[in-house]
Amino acid sequence: MKAFTTHRGLVGPMDRANVDTDMIIPKQFLKSIKRSGFGPNLFDELRYQDEGQPGADCSNRPLKEDFPLNFPRYKGASILLARKNFGCGSSREHAPWALEDYGFNAVIAPSYADIFYNNCFKNGLLPVILTEEQVDVLFKEMEAEEGYQLTVDLPSQTVTTDSGHVFSFELDEFRKECLLNGLDEIGLTLKEADAIKQYETERAAQHPWVFGAIK
Amino acid sequence: MAAMLKKHVWETVMTGRTLYDKLWDSHLVKQNSDGSSLIYIDRHVIHEVTSPQAFEGLRLADRKPWRLDTNIATPDHNISTDKAERDAGVAGMADEVSRIQVQTLDDNCDLYGIKEFKINEMGQGIVHVMGPELGATMPGMTVVCGDSHTATHGALACLAHGIGTSEVEHVLATQCLVAKKMKNMRVTVNGTVGAGVTPKDVVLAIIGKIGTAGGNEHAIEFAGSVFRDMSIEGRMTVCNMAIEAGARVGMVAVDQKTIDYCKGRQFVPKGEMWDQAVEYWNGLVSDEDAVFDTEVELHADDIAPQVTWGTSPEMVAAVTESVPTLDQQPNEEKRKGLERALEYMGLEGGQALTSIYVDRVFIGSCTNSRIEDMRAAAAVAKGRQVASSVKQVLIVPGSQMVKAQAEAEGLDKIFIAAGMDWREPGCSMCLAMNADKLGAGEHCASTSNRNFEGRQGNGGRTHLMSPAMAAAAAVAGHIVDVRSFVGGDQ
Repeated sequence: MKAFTTHRGLVGPMDRANVDTDMIIPKQFLKSIKRSGFGPNLFDELRYQDEGQPGADCSNRPLKEDFPLNFPRYKGASILLARKNFGCGSSREHAPWALEDYGFNAVIAPSYADIFYNNCFKNGLLPVILTEEQVDVLFKEMEAEEGYQLTVDLPSQTVTTDSGHVFSFELDEFRKECLLNGLDEIGLTLKEADAIKQYETERAAQHPWVFGAIK
Repeated sequence: MAAMLKKHVWETVMTGRTLYDKLWDSHLVKQNSDGSSLIYIDRHVIHEVTSPQAFEGLRLADRKPWRLDTNIATPDHNISTDKAERDAGVAGMADEVSRIQVQTLDDNCDLYGIKEFKINEMGQGIVHVMGPELGATMPGMTVVCGDSHTATHGALACLAHGIGTSEVEHVLATQCLVAKKMKNMRVTVNGTVGAGVTPKDVVLAIIGKIGTAGGNEHAIEFAGSVFRDMSIEGRMTVCNMAIEAGARVGMVAVDQKTIDYCKGRQFVPKGEMWDQAVEYWNGLVSDEDAVFDTEVELHADDIAPQVTWGTSPEMVAAVTESVPTLDQQPNEEKRKGLERALEYMGLEGGQALTSIYVDRVFIGSCTNSRIEDMRAAAAVAKGRQVASSVKQVLIVPGSQMVKAQAEAEGLDKIFIAAGMDWREPGCSMCLAMNADKLGAGEHCASTSNRNFEGRQGNGGRTHLMSPAMAAAAAVAGHIVDVRSFVGGDQ
């Protein structure tokens, strides 16, 4: 897995609450059996005037000019500034895949839906949780200053603005370690193979119906 | 010697545990010092959309599935519901990209020896209809699937939730997930619901009350007389939509209905092992002195048939009410959200919900495609005709078994006589990955679970409601209160 340590980059906005994963990557793109290539279709229905088709070239599609991420000033954004309950709805991991493939390394929002939040960590994408007030400050600074950049630092768990704000954020220790080191979580779990097998032996003795029924 | 046996983790006697606590404790393989836990997964349900990258990941890392008899697979999201196309099998799928995805599921299941109910095989169906009806889902299990509506299985007192594709791979490879314990929430609804008020209305009312993020970080247990009185299929409808309230997990405790539902199903134990299972299952209830982190209460008397008017399941109201107005909103964020929703939905604040005309009707999805849903819709459709202004009414049974049962009861004939389309099982217009979709600007009375922008088709406008309400809307041509819906052909 891709590691994340520290990142400084241009900030782009997604200024609405409850952005769902259908909005992040519409269903027609879920037909792909690949893990990559979703970036051009990130926020497809908000971003383009026409309906996107899987596998089609997006470079000449007409853009919706009022969609902020289409503004020239946000071109190349690598930190997405968002509102509460970001990523609600479907469990599709295609949502973080699309954000990452577009070029985002981090998302900053007051809260996330549980499954989306969990999925981000599997893909080297850091979902930062700040308070609504702190997110408001960042939105105001970003709107006021073209080329607005932030520094997101995982070891110190901080977001730093050039204006001097240092906002701390929380995250689980296990997730932090995996992301910092780009650890293979499956490999880590397989180190516990003996404990898993022992659990299975004990459980099979207690609840035998859980095993062997499906053939 | 029995007394000498080591106490298993799941036997450890503690007081005051919730159902969720019990399910968690009984699946704990290892508690790590960093606060994370290794949790054992009993049942893994697989479909074509969120699994191909997981199988590919296994191969790239030269790994194999940990256990085969835990997995059960079927195609549902992407397949056609049109009889002629379905009869042509996977090879006959018109959309080449979809065909490759379904073929990839078949290939992966064949390669590893995973039990799959293939596209037209008896047993195939929407994953969350199929699992319980085959008895692949049993009380006390942990159940996961790469689909957020996995919470459905919690109706059988399971710890069931959706996962992403990386976790699908993790479960395939290790039979475990690294997890952090959620908080406990109890949603209690006491009283008796009125005529015409269904499980869908109850859960929409709950979402309306706590909001689409109200259950974030929580596992919800639904408790109270309304859920005790509800059928298992109704409880599935409720648990299914826990995720629309933000909770990955929804559950109802075991009672006699749970046991009766499971009995005789294909994969449940028989004979002595059945008795042993039932004894264990009967303990899958929250202790009386269990403490919940969050408690929510509603009363049945306050719940009328519900309809969503906006672009989030929390944008819901009783059918007797009107679309909210901007001046009713408590803050700027709500005002902006409402403004955007009204613009997308093409509605005016203050307009009566019953004044909304529908272009299409969809009765199906993992929320509402079981036999009881089919019966409820048929009861309204019987002897009536779809309004001439309605372009299409899709009736999509949730599984091959539901379809067969409905046809044995003659429900298909009722729907067809009313001018509705009787289709083949699949997810269909709930997420519109196949050809069943709304056109831009079209309003749909839908029994599915999400009214997000574009969910049922680019520019489509979804109104979530119960099967009876959707069937009534099909006949009336507009949203209508099923309770006052009397009279013949209109």
